Amino acid sequence: MRIIWFVTAAILVAASGEIASAEDPVDPTAVKSEDGKYLDKEGNPTFKVASDGTVDWYTYSGYRRYHSECHVCHGPDAMGSTYAPALKDSLKTMSYGDFLGVVASGRKNVSTSQENVMPAFGDNPNVACYMDDLYVYLRARSNDVVGRVRPANHEDKPEAYTKAETSCMGK
Amino acid sequence: MRKVLFTTCLGAVAAFAAGATYANEELHKLSQNPKDWAMPAGDYGNQRYSKLNQINAANVGKLQVAWTFSTGVLRGHEGGPLIIGNMMYVHTPFPNKVYALDLSKENQIVWKYEPKQDPNVIPVMCCDTVNRGVSYGDGKIFLHQADTTLVALDAKTGQVAWTAKNGDPSKGSTGTSAPLVVKDKVLVGISGGEFGVQCHVTAYDMKTGKQAWRAFSEGPDDQIKLDPEKTTVLGKPVGKDSSLATWQGDQWKIGGGCTWGWMSYDPALNLVYYGSGNPSTWNPKQRPGDNKWSMTIFARDADTGMAKWVYQMTPHDEWDYDGVNEMILSDQTINGAPRKLLTHFDRNGLGYTLDRVTGELLVADKYDPKVNWTSGVDMNKSSPTYGRPKVLDQYSTDKQGEDHNNKGICPAALGSKDEQPAAYSPETQLFYVPTNHVCMDYEPFKVSYTAGQPYVGATLSMYPPPGETHMGNFIAWDGKSGKIVWSNKEQFSVWSGALATGGGVVFYGTLEGYLKAVDAKTGKELYKFKTPSGIIGNVTTYEQGGRQYVAVLSGVGGWAGIGLAAGLTDPTAGLGAVGGYAALSNYTALGGALTVFALPH
Repeated sequence: MRIIWFVTAAILVAASGEIASAEDPVDPTAVKSEDGKYLDKEGNPTFKVASDGTVDWYTYSGYRRYHSECHVCHGPDAMGSTYAPALKDSLKTMSYGDFLGVVASGRKNVSTSQENVMPAFGDNPNVACYMDDLYVYLRARSNDVVGRVRPANHEDKPEAYTKAETSCMGK
Repeated sequence: MRKVLFTTCLGAVAAFAAGATYANEELHKLSQNPKDWAMPAGDYGNQRYSKLNQINAANVGKLQVAWTFSTGVLRGHEGGPLIIGNMMYVHTPFPNKVYALDLSKENQIVWKYEPKQDPNVIPVMCCDTVNRGVSYGDGKIFLHQADTTLVALDAKTGQVAWTAKNGDPSKGSTGTSAPLVVKDKVLVGISGGEFGVQCHVTAYDMKTGKQAWRAFSEGPDDQIKLDPEKTTVLGKPVGKDSSLATWQGDQWKIGGGCTWGWMSYDPALNLVYYGSGNPSTWNPKQRPGDNKWSMTIFARDADTGMAKWVYQMTPHDEWDYDGVNEMILSDQTINGAPRKLLTHFDRNGLGYTLDRVTGELLVADKYDPKVNWTSGVDMNKSSPTYGRPKVLDQYSTDKQGEDHNNKGICPAALGSKDEQPAAYSPETQLFYVPTNHVCMDYEPFKVSYTAGQPYVGATLSMYPPPGETHMGNFIAWDGKSGKIVWSNKEQFSVWSGALATGGGVVFYGTLEGYLKAVDAKTGKELYKFKTPSGIIGNVTTYEQGGRQYVAVLSGVGGWAGIGLAAGLTDPTAGLGAVGGYAALSNYTALGGALTVFALPH
């Protein structure tokens, strides 16, 4: 289902030559939760920030993973660098499926003036096992619900998450 | 006239085809002619000092732009051009172009080299696609490409004479450093500390490109070229398996210790000096032990690669304080005795002065007062911890453990100084040091290793020291006493290599794009000019047609372009605060350009 959606999105982008300029393609409001992971009305992972600022586990974990694996190119707090785009902006127009596809397979934007290349992280467990964490954190950043700071408080690590992480990381 | 001289010189080298040492003498001679800038660091001692004095403290205020040159590349431009006779050689970041310009013919492009490289090497380069420059020897220009190909180009035509493959980018090895030509060999390091590469320095035959020797930073004694009896650390033999004994299991095979900094050489001692980088991963819990010989100053025999002495500055790194920064060689008098010295400004915030003959540690002091992870180095020769830094538990990311956010560590992983090389003036006997003034939070956690993929294992955030808003200083340092003589505040990290001159002027660039000239004695600012982009290149000087020129590459990027492009965050701001420190993107944009200055006619 998601794969089909991703392919469709890619064709649309290729056909129009640009990315649609809408804000978050889908309403990010969490409508339900499964084992500590919050989902929007389409069933895609999303953030949950309580009124006291406490963030869900995925947002917190995504913050940590982002600032290990991604920030060396995409800059602190998803703000971009001199050579890679600000993901807090990219996520405003990028779907969940598209995000997974680019992180897993990489992307090349090579022109006469710029050579931007994103590697494929599909085989890197430090990234591949935390795709949803990264997506949820970046979605929260792109919706301005998490600022340029480390989330001060977070929900506990869900038990189901720990199990999935252990099996994914093979440890 | 000078062109004739240059041609004659090249001819002479060709005639003595077997003259390996001759080529070295040629280069040595060139490096001592202040009209040329024949080596990346100016001379073998990495002093970045020129005797030229036409531009001096009295007239530098009148400096003007003489000419400019666009490199046609946008990424971060580190290093600087070589000037030999009437020729200037300008390099660029990936795709690693080299331009040969004829300074006597209105800077005409004589030849241009642009390799075809797989763009998949781009994302394997930690921290931008920088290159720190080319080297000259035996009528050839040597370039270490991003894909680790070491290429020798005919200095007159740009034709490829030979190539050698120095590493495997699919496993995370990349080329960013400038080679060093010594005698009949070209020495080059390798990058990849964030990808678990077992890093090394390799010497290639200057004529053929054939590998002469390779010395790894960690591993068995034969691989690291340490003699258990003859190689010393702080005056004592290193002993057998000095590296292996300090790693758990096979972790050393993906142990980092990369070698992408500047190398120096003492012809009288025939020793090459360089530093090794961080051990991999950034999570110290995953690599118990001292992780030798990462974070180490090496003194190696130039002919054989065997180490004469070693000194590890940061045993068991917990903060990514690479030891790759340049080793500056000087001869000064300490306590009435003339000493052959090596001075090094480490990422860990300590300025070291050692005896470069023996490796004896003379001075180790903080060159940024904010450095807080250590209370200092044990200088007591009879102490069991002699030469080790005392780490404060509060800032030990190993003691605090995985998944603990260690706050307020100074300096940040960028170090109090990164690769941007300092300069030394034999006249003032002071070092001029471009520094970072940035602290960090650091949280290590477990990571798994996949070949060719990032292998980091820590989350970090960076900000200026609490209560301060400037993120850099340009300082003058006395290496004999370990004291700051003067210090100029800069809004951003100073990420440009300095130049000291016989005119009593010191030059450096800033991330906003200013080329600045300051008085060597007092630090007083005498001149500034805003170039097209932020400066992370190194300032050089040369003379052509009786005129002294000062040249610098602009082109913001590098690690500075990551940490500062968006501005740093304020750790004390509340959740949801948008505020942050001044963003570099408000001051400058991408673009590689060489700007050359001179006094008006």
